[in-house]
Amino acid sequence: MGMKFSLLAVVALIATAFLGVKVAGLSQFFGVVVPYIAIFMFLGGFTYRILSWARVPVPFRIPTTAGQQQSLSWIKQNKLDNPSTTAGVIGRMALEVLLFRSLFRNTKTEIQEGKITYQWEKWLWLAGLAFHYSFFVIFVRHLRFFLNPVPGFVYALDGADGFLQVGLPGVYISDLVFLAAVTYLFVRRVVIPQVRYISLPADYFPLFLLMAVGLSGVLMRYFTKVDVVKVKELAMGIVTFHPVVPTGIGVLFYIHFFLICTLFAYFPFSKLMHLGGVFLSPTRNLPNDSRMERHINPWNYPVKVHTYAEYEDHFREKMIEAGLPVEKELN
Amino acid sequence: MAKVAKPNELFSSIDHKPPQEGWMDTKPDFRPGTWCYPAKAKNMEILGLPYAREWSPADEDWKLPTNWKEIIIEGIRERLEKYRSLKIFMDVCVRCGACADKCHFFIGSGDPKNMPVLRAELLRSIYRKEFTLAGKLLGKIAGARELTEDVFKEWFYYFFQCTECRRCSVFCPYGIDTAEITMIGRELLNLLGCNIDWIAGPAANCYNNGNHLGIQPHAFKDMIEFFVDEIEAVTGVRVNPTFNRKGAEILFITPSGDVFADPGTYTLMGYLMLFHALDLDYTWSTYASEGGNFGMFTSHETMKRLNAKMYAESKRLGTKWILGGECGHMWRVINQYMDTMNGPADHLEVPKSPITGTVFDNARSTKMVHLVEFTADLIKNNKLKLDPTRNDHLTVTYHDSCNTARGMGFLEEPRYVINSVCNNFYEMPPNTIREQTFCCGSGSGLNTDEFMEMRMRGGLPRANAVKHVHDQHGVNTLATICAIDRAVLSASMNYWVPDVTVYGVHELVANALVLDGEKQRTTDLRGEPLPGMEDIEE
Repeated sequence: MGMKFSLLAVVALIATAFLGVKVAGLSQFFGVVVPYIAIFMFLGGFTYRILSWARVPVPFRIPTTAGQQQSLSWIKQNKLDNPSTTAGVIGRMALEVLLFRSLFRNTKTEIQEGKITYQWEKWLWLAGLAFHYSFFVIFVRHLRFFLNPVPGFVYALDGADGFLQVGLPGVYISDLVFLAAVTYLFVRRVVIPQVRYISLPADYFPLFLLMAVGLSGVLMRYFTKVDVVKVKELAMGIVTFHPVVPTGIGVLFYIHFFLICTLFAYFPFSKLMHLGGVFLSPTRNLPNDSRMERHINPWNYPVKVHTYAEYEDHFREKMIEAGLPVEKELN
Repeated sequence: MAKVAKPNELFSSIDHKPPQEGWMDTKPDFRPGTWCYPAKAKNMEILGLPYAREWSPADEDWKLPTNWKEIIIEGIRERLEKYRSLKIFMDVCVRCGACADKCHFFIGSGDPKNMPVLRAELLRSIYRKEFTLAGKLLGKIAGARELTEDVFKEWFYYFFQCTECRRCSVFCPYGIDTAEITMIGRELLNLLGCNIDWIAGPAANCYNNGNHLGIQPHAFKDMIEFFVDEIEAVTGVRVNPTFNRKGAEILFITPSGDVFADPGTYTLMGYLMLFHALDLDYTWSTYASEGGNFGMFTSHETMKRLNAKMYAESKRLGTKWILGGECGHMWRVINQYMDTMNGPADHLEVPKSPITGTVFDNARSTKMVHLVEFTADLIKNNKLKLDPTRNDHLTVTYHDSCNTARGMGFLEEPRYVINSVCNNFYEMPPNTIREQTFCCGSGSGLNTDEFMEMRMRGGLPRANAVKHVHDQHGVNTLATICAIDRAVLSASMNYWVPDVTVYGVHELVANALVLDGEKQRTTDLRGEPLPGMEDIEE
């Protein structure tokens, strides 16, 4: 059910852009109004979500310690998987954010011949990493539309990404990797029974959306060409707050652009916010130093305890009889 | 207590394929062996917890108060304001499924709601419905569902089928920690008086009598003195523990399970012998006679109320610092909660070993040292006379307790000690030890008999790894540093790998420890003949 719904939603988005531009002639709306709304929702929503997390206190220091603690001087600490300093935490977070350290530990549990076994399984890690990095490269490449003059690093990246020089225009490696990775992430979600069982529409929708973004982009670049100069004119118009909508860009561009805008607008209200959340996760971003430094819980409050005096009052006779020292003798 | 099927039958009943119908439409089957008895009213009353009553999960009517739903929603709201962990963990899961087959209960039961991701979704679905716009508008499409009594019952079932071991959180790319979700889930259940008695009973005992087992002060002293006699019988040396003694340098606190039941009792004898060998100026307390903290399995507040005794008693007795025995969740509390909850411990000094002079700078704020790091330091500084051959009848492997591994990072210290007192040590496979260690299957207050089927299922991954080293290297000894482990792994080994016996690390230390003035030892602490002494008649 979740899959069909999500697929239909993406088809509906494509149809909206197509009909809107082609039939209703709303290129002004899709070229100017929609992107401004999307940017507003993205920036506003993202900020709001981060602030809504950040304003909630972290009462206890609960890092998941995934290595040897700082201990006696002659015991080697695992400073990255169980950091006790801020520098260590930065290292741990860098590994987590840039290399998906935790996901790299993944294994696959299987029952084989009456035994439980743990198999090598790095595909999810690999596909996840490939997806995020290729998306990042594509994102940076697209800056050439939004910046004038185009900075050198964008050209450099562009060159590196296209170094295969296959076909004309040259194939970008990132395009291939992106589509392959998104497809893998979708296929595993459908094929692995447990993952399929836990999947919600909110898991399929972003995948379909990203696939459609990727495919429409590839179509535009390699097959149904659009006028890139006019696209840049439109993009620069948005960035400089002097929006212009050149005629004759081609409807495929508007579909691609609308899907991207949807992605941005949807982002802050979805699981995609893991981008921001991972930085705030208390099991990862805290040092394991709570025996060394006292951490303050801002809402710590006094609680009712059973005091020693109450305890002794209750047991005094028995304690004296057993020869245990007491604070107050029997009357 | 429900009868548990034979090991091979239980094993072959495991099916990891999820059912056809979606998880929102299935209900838990409260069959015997899969849930724990409900908290008795008297125990909830001792703790002052709300809605104490007699009820049963097996009944249709759980006797919830009429405004139960408001209480729960309000409870969630309050916790979303107090715990960033909860809010983040409700929001960022992408359902990648990396956690799914990391849970011992899922591996051993195949129940999809034991996948950590779904355990969290049980709560997340309600969070979406009540606290997110998409959930309110789109309902099921947004992964949201209505809070009903059935959902609440499902929470009870599955939040008491999680041992808060944190293994899933090691693998989660965002560090989502099911222990945190279960802890908060249990807090919510407790708002309506829905605890289990195996937790509420010990917590109530601990509150009033000082320890989980409800041992009264005179009996506590008696029991320890019984071990003094036992030690004398084995070694010829009489140790001399003191109780509630003011002015002692060190207050020693350990789980009361070690006082009460085998094989923890042998570990406790090990503590007594070690302290005697060092002539340590320490005292036991009958008031703070519990290291463990079943309050942790009830609510953060109850955890704090029980834990408060440690600092309070050290202050009353005027000790300089605190030494803590072998226990799992006790050390998670001490490492990650105690100082924040009940500190600052300004009445204490930074711990310094009176024997080696080592300053435990890593415990400079809590002022509480783990006995195994204390002993590791002694051995490193050659302060103990050890004869490891006295453990040569044992081929040892080591089970990392979840809490010391993933809530502390206490990995090398116990290995160093074991390797110093034993000659035959083999590690279990890497996916099953250290930070990836598997739970015993009965932690977080689920070590009760009526839960035996799930305990054996949850204990299977650990047992499977022990069996591996048993088959490969002839391992016959499973060493632990956790009182619950000592009790429950004995049951799980008995069930899955009957040739393996469970030991505490300090029992192994005591076997090897040469005491001044000891007679020639012919047996270990359990009365088993030492290697080469099999023919000697007592």
